[in-house]
Amino acid sequence: MDDLIAFAPEQLVERHALPGKSLLAVLHAIQDELGYVPPATVPSLARVMNLSRAEVHGVITYYHHFRTSPAAPVTVQLCRAEACRSMGTEALAHHIEARTGCRFDAGHETGDAVELESVYCLGQCALSPAMMVNGTLHAKVTPQKFDAIFAAASKCVEVTA
Amino acid sequence: MTRIYVPRDSSALALGADALADAIKAEAARRGIAIDLIRNGSRGLLWLEPLVEVQTAEGRVGYANVEESDVGALFDAGFVDGGEHARRVGVVDEIPYLKKQQRLTFARIGITDPLSTDDYVAHGGLEGLRQALQTDGDAACEALIESGLRGRGGAAFPAGIKWRTVRAAKAAQKYIVCNADEGDSGTFSDRLVMESDPYVLIEGMIIAGVVTGATAGYIYVRSEYPHSIATLEAAIAKARAAGWLGDSVLGSAHRFELFVAKGAGSYVCGEETALLESLEGKRGIVRAKPPVPALVGLYGQPTVINNVITLATVPIIFARGAAFYKDFGMGRSRGTLPFQLAGNVKQGGLVELAFGVTLRELIHDYGGGTASGRPARAVQVGGPLGTYLPESQWDIPMDYEAYAAVGAVVGHGGLVVHDDTSNLAELAQYAMHFCALESCGKCTPCRIGSTRGVEVIARIRNGDTSKRQVQLLRDLCDTMVSGSLCAMGGMTPYPVLSALDHFPEDFGLADARADAPKAAA
Repeated sequence: MDDLIAFAPEQLVERHALPGKSLLAVLHAIQDELGYVPPATVPSLARVMNLSRAEVHGVITYYHHFRTSPAAPVTVQLCRAEACRSMGTEALAHHIEARTGCRFDAGHETGDAVELESVYCLGQCALSPAMMVNGTLHAKVTPQKFDAIFAAASKCVEVTA
Repeated sequence: MTRIYVPRDSSALALGADALADAIKAEAARRGIAIDLIRNGSRGLLWLEPLVEVQTAEGRVGYANVEESDVGALFDAGFVDGGEHARRVGVVDEIPYLKKQQRLTFARIGITDPLSTDDYVAHGGLEGLRQALQTDGDAACEALIESGLRGRGGAAFPAGIKWRTVRAAKAAQKYIVCNADEGDSGTFSDRLVMESDPYVLIEGMIIAGVVTGATAGYIYVRSEYPHSIATLEAAIAKARAAGWLGDSVLGSAHRFELFVAKGAGSYVCGEETALLESLEGKRGIVRAKPPVPALVGLYGQPTVINNVITLATVPIIFARGAAFYKDFGMGRSRGTLPFQLAGNVKQGGLVELAFGVTLRELIHDYGGGTASGRPARAVQVGGPLGTYLPESQWDIPMDYEAYAAVGAVVGHGGLVVHDDTSNLAELAQYAMHFCALESCGKCTPCRIGSTRGVEVIARIRNGDTSKRQVQLLRDLCDTMVSGSLCAMGGMTPYPVLSALDHFPEDFGLADARADAPKAAA
């Protein structure tokens, strides 16, 4: 997978591992640029940050936010926490799974068009249920509204491709 | 030129406010009407979003739930002059939901442009900081103690005592850390401050620095809040340019620098010591206390760590005096709390009121009942680690001690309403599941107990309602409460046990309380 992407782990790390930055901040910078943190960066990160590889790997895998492979072209993050539950997010999740043919939190294979991810609170608890599609926030989501947003996101991906 | 306000906070954005603002500008240009479009913060009347306001002679007139497709009709109706339309909700300040509130911390939200330093100062901003700069640090700590302000993140520890400890500590470097890892479902008040009035938080942190002798501050914001992060970063840059931050705060001898740090999707990082670990770039593993962060905090240095609302409340206390603030509230719960009406509620939003209001008043008088129109059945107060309160407890005044007396927590003031279609056994199982997902793993009761909790609740829900299973669940909860290192494992049993005690029928039990130990009943 990694060899398909044109990047040099050492240069990537050196570009972002600026003095005074914490490992977390460096990982954010890498993911912001590339969309994920390639496992091949771990040795360089360990060397530059003066940490063991285990420590770097530990931080990457501890936090839900960091991913070690690129996201699917359409990534749906649905809030599954209490406020959204009280407004039917579980029924909406079933609808989304049926509509997309994917399962929540099952990851995705290379080439999959869609990834479904459960998240816990997007801070829109008075306008539940809430979700993010490719980083764009949506509130008061209904099955019909999801279908429209999903169709638009899928179309947008096709056009870009 | 008419001023038109379209909110820019993430709730409005999630309902299409950007496209709406563009449509209003385009339509005005097409009709040759000169308008000044301001992107204000949210008023906190979230069920009305996007709430467009128009400046008129009688005040700012609101149009609620405006969609892009309404824009043409609004112009036809003369909304630029406050004209009549189905979306019109009248003068926003006169809406009872807002008018009846006691907005102290949230005095400015929705009124100002969140990023305008001029707007901030014109609406009372910096008065607190100017006072603090003229006050001796010891006296300032005493004033904060006198005001009765307690940590609004949930733990309710007196803020002034924390500050006094840090001030008295001897160290070359001290820090102010703002806990903006607002991960509790049902809470959004931190987010509203950051997106709708970021300068009040910045001012509060500068005051904390001036009083305690700290010269650097960090705001640790969860990664799920990209709009908050962007707004804060823009606000900090402007505050620095205006001389509020930097080597000489407002021209004084005090130095204070402020930075935003981004979380990475870990709920437990809302716990103060896990947050400090994360801020240092490590895994968010809870530290054992003592030592307290006030003495050994960020990078081992004395650190004030307060929640967003606590710090954002500091400026008004310094501006108006401890006595003014203390005058609100009841018992040992002084001042106001921004309650957040969330979940299955008709009129969800932010309601800032003095302590002492009841849940029933909040849900019915402000919330207008449930969104579904069905009877409300249970309200979870204080986030995912708070208890589910049945209707019999809705008349208890909102006060830290009164809530503690019934085994509940006020917490961060988030209320999640569930209607009569809810299944509390399912929610209890979810509470354990969430704890298993988010446990940092350091202590056994939380790490293992949460998984065992999911299993035992599943067994009960699948029909094994024997006394043995119920006792097992109670024993497990007891171990988690008594043996966990932090509130994650220590309070996950709160929603579980309250569901079991008050809604046994959802577990398929006749009356779970018959099995409860006498002391717990």
